[in-house]
Amino acid sequence: MKNKLIIYIGGLLQIIVLLLLWANASADNDVPDFFVPPPPFSEGIFPCTECHAEMEVNRTRRKLDFHEDIVLKHAEEQRWCLDCHNPDNRDKLRLASGELISFEKSYYLCGQCHGTHFRDWKAGIHGKRTGYWNDRKQYRLCVHCHNPHQPRFKPLKPLPPPLSPEDIKYNRSPDNEIPKNPLNSLIQAEIKNGPEKK
Amino acid sequence: MDQKKNRDIHSRHIHRRTFLKGAALGLASMALPFGTADASVWEAFFQKHYREMSADDKRDVILRMEKEYAKAYDTKFNIKTTKPTPGVNFGYGLDVSRCIGCRRCVYACVNENNQSRDPQMHWITVLEFKKGERWVNVFEEAKKHYNPETVPEEGHFYLPVQCQQCENPPCVKVCPTQATWKEPDGIVVVDYNWCIGCRYCMAACPYGARRFNWAKPRVSKEELNPETHYLGNRPRYKGVVEKCTFCIQRTRENPGRYPACVEICPVGARKFGNLLDPKSEIRYCIENKRVFRLKEDLNTLPQFYYFFAS
Ligand code: SF4
Ligand code: SF4
Repeated sequence: MKNKLIIYIGGLLQIIVLLLLWANASADNDVPDFFVPPPPFSEGIFPCTECHAEMEVNRTRRKLDFHEDIVLKHAEEQRWCLDCHNPDNRDKLRLASGELISFEKSYYLCGQCHGTHFRDWKAGIHGKRTGYWNDRKQYRLCVHCHNPHQPRFKPLKPLPPPLSPEDIKYNRSPDNEIPKNPLNSLIQAEIKNGPEKK
Repeated sequence: MDQKKNRDIHSRHIHRRTFLKGAALGLASMALPFGTADASVWEAFFQKHYREMSADDKRDVILRMEKEYAKAYDTKFNIKTTKPTPGVNFGYGLDVSRCIGCRRCVYACVNENNQSRDPQMHWITVLEFKKGERWVNVFEEAKKHYNPETVPEEGHFYLPVQCQQCENPPCVKVCPTQATWKEPDGIVVVDYNWCIGCRYCMAACPYGARRFNWAKPRVSKEELNPETHYLGNRPRYKGVVEKCTFCIQRTRENPGRYPACVEICPVGARKFGNLLDPKSEIRYCIENKRVFRLKEDLNTLPQFYYFFAS
């Protein structure tokens, strides 16, 4: 009877230890599952292997024949395509360690150099968040705001300034011509033409 | 002798209801021509202070108001009275090193909060400063009408200002009718049906955060936001004061959406959350970044923090 009890308690302890170990292991992975929209590929460009699978890997720095729209302005002295794009399977990105990651997780790649920004981004400080302040938040990949080949944030046209005091006239517009919010035409344009080019 | 007589008159016991009846009749003959004085006008006139309303009172007021608005705006409004959540005190963070002065936030706020389009009303003002010039305490002189082809302008930086939801709000102290007060979740609100338009609060606010409806506020029908809160974005009246409420109609829900300005900002300069939650974004800012508050020397204790992320 006593022996049985000991076995029981021993078994229970084992389970608890295992559970703790498991919890610890998942805590090690400090990047929670972020809710991000899909990567902003140019239309028809993915999967890359559609073309690249047949092509030989060429590591020399050169003027590209195909991706002419890509101008590298991102530490270009020290970097070339295959430092980030995986040579053997182009549908993946490649970390400095050789580990392959998907385009959906490109933040690991950026985070290799931009550690402080990566830390702030994980905490919800760097970058734009939408969703709920006390619930599920929508994150964005680094590349949703920064073109990875030219990451500097592009200037934007500001929305109109407030009227200056001398221009304020009260209720001068007729009721059917109340001025519209200028943001709305911008949003309409974005829905039609895609987001403003960053 | 005369004085004594006066005192006697004042000390005479008047039943509150009798008094109100008398006053109502008297006032009605002055202000409310009987032709237009339907029941709803009377109800509005005798509406209680929001904080003294019972749940039933609130329901009645909301029903009446939704009817009034439906008639006036030809739009069906939903007016919420969602209460603050215990354990929540809102805080806001704005990353000065990121803001590019694009004013998206100004106009997202206009949309969300039914701000008048004509006359123009903005709750957020984005100030532009020249780098290297004196700035923090002189923003009355800052440029708010900047309008270059693109922003940010070379050699300049930007500081958006809106209601700072002060913990020690001077605007609340000066209000003679207590039409503005601080809620337990930190939001300083205005009851537009209790505001008499004296604008003392505007004079008291050191941040220029309050706005006055000099004329009837007007929004075109297609642009009205019918999802409202009594203390927030429901349509206002001529002659009352209004200001930012941290989008009370969004943030008090469960789950609570971010304020409209947080959601629109293209550079993600705006952060929002619960100051009492150690894991919130705003707590991370305060604990890890270089934060400051505007005009700290005035002891208003804003719940709106500015910070430099990098
Ligand atoms: S939307 Fe963001 S970047 Fe633009 S002015 Fe407002 S805070 Fe600054
Ligand atoms: S910023 Fe002005 S309006 Fe807002 S709480 Fe402080 S004093 Fe009141």
